[in-house]
Amino acid sequence: MNTTVVLLPGLNRDRDMIAALKTITGKAPATVWQTETALPKSDLVVIPGGFSFGDYLRAGAIAARSPVMRAVAEAAAKGVPVLGVCNGFQILCEAGLLPGALMRNTTLRFVCREVKLEVVNARTRFSSGYANGQVIRCPVAHHDGNYFADETTLQQLIDGDQIVFRYAEATNPNGAINDIAGIVNAAGNVLGMMPHPENLIEPEHGGTDGRAIFESALGMAGRIAA
Amino acid sequence: MTKARIVVTLKNGVLDPQGKAIQGALGHLGFEGVGEVRQGKVFDIELAGEDPAEAERRLADMCDKLLANTVIENYSITVE
Repeated sequence: MNTTVVLLPGLNRDRDMIAALKTITGKAPATVWQTETALPKSDLVVIPGGFSFGDYLRAGAIAARSPVMRAVAEAAAKGVPVLGVCNGFQILCEAGLLPGALMRNTTLRFVCREVKLEVVNARTRFSSGYANGQVIRCPVAHHDGNYFADETTLQQLIDGDQIVFRYAEATNPNGAINDIAGIVNAAGNVLGMMPHPENLIEPEHGGTDGRAIFESALGMAGRIAA
Repeated sequence: MTKARIVVTLKNGVLDPQGKAIQGALGHLGFEGVGEVRQGKVFDIELAGEDPAEAERRLADMCDKLLANTVIENYSITVE
C-alpha cells in the first residue's frame, strides 16, 4: 500500500497525516516537496492541512500553482485517488480539480472544534466504509471553510451525488452552502473536505470515526472492523 | 514599461462577511448612512512592453489563472 503526502511551505497538519497513513497502512508514506514534478507510484495521494504560503492571495491559491500540483492533476486524471483535507481542499478547488471555492467563515472566526458529519453518499471510493446517513464525529480547524458554489454548480453536485459529507445536527461551523463539508469530483477519485479525519483514527484520539475514509480509499474498508 | 491596476471584487450574490464587519465598524465610529460595504483587492503591476492592448490581454490571462478566483470574483483592468 503506497501513499504519498504532498508537502508545501506553511502546512502544519502534514505530520498528523503522515502518522495516520503510517498507522493505517503499516508503511510510512512517501513525501513530495512542492517543487517536484513527479509523484511516486501511489494508491492514495494526500494534500494535508495548514496554511500553505501563508494563505497569501487566497487560501490555497499559490499552492495550487506550484509545480507538484501539475503532477497531482496528472495522477488524478489517471484515476489515482487524491484526498485534500482542509488547506488541501482549498488547494484542490483553487487548482480546478474540484468545483467551487472556500471563503472566509461567515463568523469571521477561526473555528477549532468537533463537528458532526452526515455521510451523504457512502458509494464513493472514499466513503464505502460508512453507511448512507451515518453521522460521524470529526474535528475542524480553519478560517476559510465556507464552501461556495454558484447555483448551476451546486445543482450539478447534487445531481451527481458528489456531496459526500454534510455538517449535521446544526454543527455547520463556517456558513458553507447546503452544509457542505466534503465533495468528490465527477469521476469520484478526488475528495476534498474541511474536517480532519486524520485526527480520529486511533482510540487514543478519542475515536476512530475518520479511519474509514482512508480505509475506503485504500480498498481496506470492511477488512478492519469499524 | 507599462503600468496597470487590477481591481478584484466579489461577484454579486457572494456573501462578504468581511465587508459586513467593516460596515458595522463604520457605524460604530459614527459614520451615518453607510450602505453595503464590499471588500476587494488591488494589484499594481508593472509589465515590460508599451502596447496597451497586449498588456491588457496578458493581464486578463493573469487574472483568469491566478489573481482572481472567477468562481467568486470579478476583475477589472486599467492600463495607464
